[in-house]
Amino acid sequence: MTYASDVAALARKDLLLELRAKETLPSMVLFVIAALTIFHFALPAGTSDVAARGLLWTALIFTALLGLTRAFVAEREQSMFDALILTPVDRSAIWLGKAIAVFAFLVAAEAVALPAFAAFFHGLDWRTVAAIGLADVGIATVGTLFGAMAVAGRARELLLPLLFLPLAIPIVVGGVGGYLWFLALYDAIFAVLSWAAFEYVVSEV
Amino acid sequence: MIQARALAKRFGDRRVFSGLDVDVPDGGFLLVTGPNGSGKTTLLRVLAGLAAPSAGELTLPPRHTVGYLGHEPLVYRELTPLENLTLFGRLYRLPERGERIGMLLERFGLWEVRHERVSTFSRGMQQRLGLCRVLLHQPTHVFLDEPYNALDAEGAALLDTVFQEQSFEERRTWIVATHEPKRVERHATERLAFA
Repeated sequence: MTYASDVAALARKDLLLELRAKETLPSMVLFVIAALTIFHFALPAGTSDVAARGLLWTALIFTALLGLTRAFVAEREQSMFDALILTPVDRSAIWLGKAIAVFAFLVAAEAVALPAFAAFFHGLDWRTVAAIGLADVGIATVGTLFGAMAVAGRARELLLPLLFLPLAIPIVVGGVGGYLWFLALYDAIFAVLSWAAFEYVVSEV
Repeated sequence: MIQARALAKRFGDRRVFSGLDVDVPDGGFLLVTGPNGSGKTTLLRVLAGLAAPSAGELTLPPRHTVGYLGHEPLVYRELTPLENLTLFGRLYRLPERGERIGMLLERFGLWEVRHERVSTFSRGMQQRLGLCRVLLHQPTHVFLDEPYNALDAEGAALLDTVFQEQSFEERRTWIVATHEPKRVERHATERLAFA
């Protein structure tokens, strides 16, 4: 229960910070809507479902990247890792709390983006929605780990896309193809790897 | 007990310090002085377990017994003092944290502004809150890096009383880096001066 309550306290803190600052989520929503609008006018009429779905996934991945860039802003600008890692909290709880907050931001942005996509293009099927939900788990877990790694780096704005985008390729492959089992497997593998690796990432941030 | 033997720290090609021996017994007070850029902050970070040394042997206290105040107050600026201290009270699993938080906020003159966001505070008020966070879990090893920074006369006098009361009553170990050694000189049991 202690681990769960630590994670809950940390996730709540991140949601509260966003509620106050209102920086990350509005930017994500504006970006994804703008991207879908551009795709809507850029694609010729009669474009296939597969092409439209591909663009949806492109928009979602870059929207997630925008959110991940902001995920550790408070920890970076206010040196909060120093305070957090001195607490008796398991360091993986810091990762999990942050990943839950990132997941919540992704879901909130998609709650606006998916109806917009359905209006602009050919509607949405349940399989795509399920795939996006599974993809969000993978994006949040892997992206949070890389977000923390990027905090320690000098060229952090460059580092995060370079680390995250190659590992987002399987998510796009699974998402466009609608391979739910593949996305679930990706989530399971990378959640465990990220959970185990976070300890070493914050050892000297 | 904090002990270091032949301690060294490098950042790339730049050597910050090397061959450093440090001994601070429980209840001791290590006063670290030196000019800007001489390595005071880096030493405190290494001794607090926040940075790994490049070489040497270290005996450090368990991390949950450490209270650390760096150049930043290490509090979330978009949260209130009450929210910040409640968060850290939870993470340190403090029983009856409400009472302790209230006592610290009263003592450091922040009770009246406990529901206001830290981002609206002056640097001195943030420093006071940083000191509340450091002392919240009653750490046995306290690391303070320029603790008098930004404090007004009242805040500085308050910090003086904290040193007086807590170093002797609670057998707390202090490691303090400061440009104002005269304020804490009388408490120091060990001294380390960087050139």
